[in-house]
Amino acid sequence: MDLLELVAEPLSYEFMTRALATAVVAAIVCAVLSCWLVLIGWSLMGDAVSHAVLPGVVLAYILGAPFALGAVVFGFLAVALIGAVRGTSRVKEDAAIGIVFTTLFALGLVLISVTPSQTDLNHIIFGNLLGVSWEDLWQVLILGAVTFAILVLKRRDFTLYAFDPTHAHAIGLSPRLLGATLLGLLALTAVVALQAVGVVLVVAMLIIPGATAYLLTDRFSRMLVIAPSVSAACAIVGIYVSYYADTASGAMIVLVQGIAFTLVYLLAPRQGLLGKRLAAARRRRPVQV
Amino acid sequence: MLRTMSTHPFPAASASGAAPAVDVADVTVHYGDVLALNNASLSLESGRICGLIGMNGSGKSTLFKTIMGIVRPDRGRVRVHGGSPAEARRRGVVGYVPQSEGVDWDFPVSVRDVVMMGRYGGMGLTRRPKAADHEAVYAALERVELTKFADRQIGQLSGGQKKRAFVARGIAQGASVLLLDEPFAGVDKRSEATMSRLLRELADDGATILISTHDLHALPELADEAVLLLHRVLMHGDPSEVLQAENLALAFGLDVLGGKA
Ligand SMILES: Nc1ncnc2c1ncn2[C@@H]1O[C@H](COP(=O)(O)OP(=O)(O)O)[C@@H](O)[C@H]1O
Ligand SMILES: [Mg+2]
Repeated sequence: MDLLELVAEPLSYEFMTRALATAVVAAIVCAVLSCWLVLIGWSLMGDAVSHAVLPGVVLAYILGAPFALGAVVFGFLAVALIGAVRGTSRVKEDAAIGIVFTTLFALGLVLISVTPSQTDLNHIIFGNLLGVSWEDLWQVLILGAVTFAILVLKRRDFTLYAFDPTHAHAIGLSPRLLGATLLGLLALTAVVALQAVGVVLVVAMLIIPGATAYLLTDRFSRMLVIAPSVSAACAIVGIYVSYYADTASGAMIVLVQGIAFTLVYLLAPRQGLLGKRLAAARRRRPVQV
Repeated sequence: MLRTMSTHPFPAASASGAAPAVDVADVTVHYGDVLALNNASLSLESGRICGLIGMNGSGKSTLFKTIMGIVRPDRGRVRVHGGSPAEARRRGVVGYVPQSEGVDWDFPVSVRDVVMMGRYGGMGLTRRPKAADHEAVYAALERVELTKFADRQIGQLSGGQKKRAFVARGIAQGASVLLLDEPFAGVDKRSEATMSRLLRELADDGATILISTHDLHALPELADEAVLLLHRVLMHGDPSEVLQAENLALAFGLDVLGGKA
């Protein structure tokens, strides 16, 4: 079998094209958002919100409401509860995050266990790329496009917010509003990504691409190109590997992203382990002409 | 030339009757149970450089945040050029040079990006820079002598250059009140002198400058007046007078000048 056939064969199945489209859209949107999350230091927050949307999604399913609505409501509920626990007790932020998101996640699992038609909902937890319907794909496309558009149009404000919220405030912007917008987009993104990799692994797509890009450049504008490119490539590779090796597709995508990060971590020209060693060696031994 | 400053709407207030550039009246601030400012009062005229001294935890950063309207006082009132902090924010009147510890120096932005952030308040929704913004950024960089370093990542500057980059942001913003939080910490003497000269030029153009510092020796050179802070304003006057040993002892509880020399 030649390479072209290897690439083309899975595409002859409609479920595979839907899976690829869903995974690529989710990978791109998550990766763009992840650039800010890793710089603000919101990785744990990403983990929390992506888990905490579960009961919202299940309730939306039960009530026949849009998943996105339930996710955003519970995303904000989680953030509010974390803030409340941290602000009004001696419990530190990481503990507050851990308590709130695991409790909400457990609530989601309990709701699933008492809801008839369990099979559908279990897919939310681990993802079900190969079972994505046209309707699911449309939802991913619309939510993804909205999130992507807001992130890209307001990118300079979000970057200012991440870098220096005090200055943002001083020139009349509202850091509070910018932060809340990012958290809302985080909840929407979680809905997009849980179609692809499931609630449990969403956080990987929300951290790894941004962290990978951060090791490759000193320019935020380049991070915004590198992160989604790498992430989309990983999604495609992951799906092909899972097709031929017959493995879980969502998990394979995350695994490939982790491998990509590891390679960059080791080999990146300036920030990579190897690059730093070489630079140190060069400094020790001046270049002879 | 500092175009933004020369056209700012607040002419140096030698004209009698003009409101002070900064007016803090009986301001009290708590963080939970911690008292940060206690009935602090301070009034600054335009075109003056004022040194703010006080030990760690005396409320210097909190005073800055109150002037910027980030921290709401429990009691008291803040006015900037006669208006509320909210009005000052809308017009971008107050520029801020943050304490070094408050900045992520690994953040992937260039010096030019940072200075451009001074312009965001007057830009459209997507903050897409126009020609005038690029010009203002260039002029500000020229003013602080950092044009050569415009494309460096912000962390790749020396201590003094970093501070000047943030001053340039305030210049590009058109700020007429500049707040500098410990700009000389970890900065060598030569950079400190460069910065002092720059601040003097800005003050001569009408800017009002409040600067917290631990460098008491350089203060008389740098500042027109000095404020001694320990949650409240213990003293406000000529630097040489404020720096008298018995006054410092009030704020620090020890012989600071003697100990440092
Ligand atoms: N965000 C905060 N939360 C709680 N306490 C704070 C906060 N910021 C400052 N403080 C406390 O308020 C007091 C004044 O702090 P600050 O204004 O930072 O002083 P300085 O800048 O002079 O060192 C200190 O006791 C400090 O611990
Ligand atoms: Mg301070």
